[in-house]
Amino acid sequence: MTGRKQDNPWRTPMIVLVLLLAAQFVLPAYHHGNLTRIMVFAVFAIGYNLAFGYAGLLSLGHAMFFAAGLYGAGMSAHFLGFSMPLAFLFGGLCGLVLALAVGLVALRTRGVSFMIVTLMFSQVGFLTILYFNEFTRGDEGFVLAQEIRQLRFGETVLSLTDPTLRYNLALGLFAASYLLGVALLRSPIGRVLVALRENESRVQMLGYNTFGYRLLALSISGALSGLSGAAYALLFAYVGATFAATQYSIYPLLWVLLGGVGTALGPLIGTGLMFYLVDFASEITSSYLIVVGVVLVLLVIVFPKGVIGTLQEKWRGLRS
Amino acid sequence: MSFGAQLFLAVLEGTVTASVLAVTALGLSLVFGVMRVVNVAHGEFFMLGAVIAWSVAFTVGDMPLVSFLIALIVGPLVVGGIAVAVDWLILKRIDYNPEGTIVATIGLLYIIQQATLILYGPEARAVEPPFYFLIQFPWFGYSGYKLIVVGISLMLLLGTWYGLTRTRLGLYMRATQYDREIAQAFGIPVRRVYAAVFALGGGLAAIAGVLVVPIQQAHYLMGHNPLLMSFIVVIVGGLGSLRGTLLAAFVIGISDGVISVFFTPTLAKIVATLLVSLVLVVRPAGLFGETEP
Repeated sequence: MTGRKQDNPWRTPMIVLVLLLAAQFVLPAYHHGNLTRIMVFAVFAIGYNLAFGYAGLLSLGHAMFFAAGLYGAGMSAHFLGFSMPLAFLFGGLCGLVLALAVGLVALRTRGVSFMIVTLMFSQVGFLTILYFNEFTRGDEGFVLAQEIRQLRFGETVLSLTDPTLRYNLALGLFAASYLLGVALLRSPIGRVLVALRENESRVQMLGYNTFGYRLLALSISGALSGLSGAAYALLFAYVGATFAATQYSIYPLLWVLLGGVGTALGPLIGTGLMFYLVDFASEITSSYLIVVGVVLVLLVIVFPKGVIGTLQEKWRGLRS
Repeated sequence: MSFGAQLFLAVLEGTVTASVLAVTALGLSLVFGVMRVVNVAHGEFFMLGAVIAWSVAFTVGDMPLVSFLIALIVGPLVVGGIAVAVDWLILKRIDYNPEGTIVATIGLLYIIQQATLILYGPEARAVEPPFYFLIQFPWFGYSGYKLIVVGISLMLLLGTWYGLTRTRLGLYMRATQYDREIAQAFGIPVRRVYAAVFALGGGLAAIAGVLVVPIQQAHYLMGHNPLLMSFIVVIVGGLGSLRGTLLAAFVIGISDGVISVFFTPTLAKIVATLLVSLVLVVRPAGLFGETEP
């Protein structure tokens, strides 16, 4: 995000990915499992950050894209017998198509209306899942059978119940999304998106099709959210309506805000911190969501740039 | 029951829903209109009203009418107080930045909701209606209390309209809505107007909660639905337009009631929300909305 950057932009991502790769050999089983989940959710956060942090689209309905991926992958594997890679890609496609459709309507509004409209669409998605209870099993959800959670390469059969395999698949997905985020931020498209966030009418005057760019940002964001949902369904074998509820539209916003809006590494840091905070709070009280509330309020009042944003500022301050 | 009678019942039910919705949405619309703040915690103010009504009824004991009247006063006062505190502690500090306030009120939503869960518990609790009488129509008897709810709501709407157009505070509010800086230049205490508007908005939601609790039970998650319905109403009516809010509340409330009688409530919500998206395709600023700044 700095104006002139002499450093290699790929250095930090490489360090982070090598650390994540090494972490699996030292972490105890419990944290190993947590980190797998965090990486999957971080992909969701990266997707959210593309729309919110880069293009300035504050959506309150991203749960629908996550749920589209979750159900797209889960149901195609469960009912149609799709193989794992196919179900995974199908989940991402569901997120992409839904984001495109929602974007065509919702992007006609902006600012506050956009937030409310996305919130409402997401609610429609949640209610639709409950309405087709017969197939989706509503709130209760369904579990994917172990026999179908397998990767076949000719003779070799790998089962997704193996934690090491799950960790590395999650890491692979995270690495791809993370690098996409870094690359996009430096690409011409990314620069247009950031310009859009800063001053839309000026971008429009320069001759860019701003609606098209915003739709593009929302679609990529929806696709990443869908892939994250698909990965969740296939890796953890559970598909349920909880993931379509409003809470899961708020989480990515919270993760991104906590980590640092518009930064490439922020989503992972925010997701990780929040995951452990909620995990810790839910041991103490069943009203652990109060922690989410307090963190949101504090972030807005005292810490608006998030962890990475504040660190970057400090770092820049030291060097200049 | 004949189709005509069933339709009549559906319209009655819809009118009750619509008038409670109108009071709730009016609060949200006022806060947005004057302060440009989208209060995502608005539904929690509604829920607090209902929970306070239950607590009052529990404390007072076996006098439903007395406790109802006390709750009608205490509910909005307590919630108004909380709203003033929130305005002072949170909203003022982030200078009413639109995105910041949304995130902060989402946080507030969880804080209020979860604090209620801790203090009040996860049970749904019923409150006795202040009086029992049935109004006999030729086809069925209808709860008199529900019609009282419609009456009180209409009085509140009229009262708010009177307050906005005929009193000094109302003039201050309209001036602030029109142009905050010029209003301040003319010596209007804008900060205090903001606090008053936020309290008024919260108070209206709380009264709606008090009114609804004898029909529906008090529960810590009950704020979700009124929030979404209010959002729909405020968007369709046009952000910042009180006239639009009221019209939309009655159209959406009554059609929601009618669809819910003939189909499932879930389907009614899905249809209502999709209709809103259609309105937005045709008129992105809502039916009566000013074009966005």
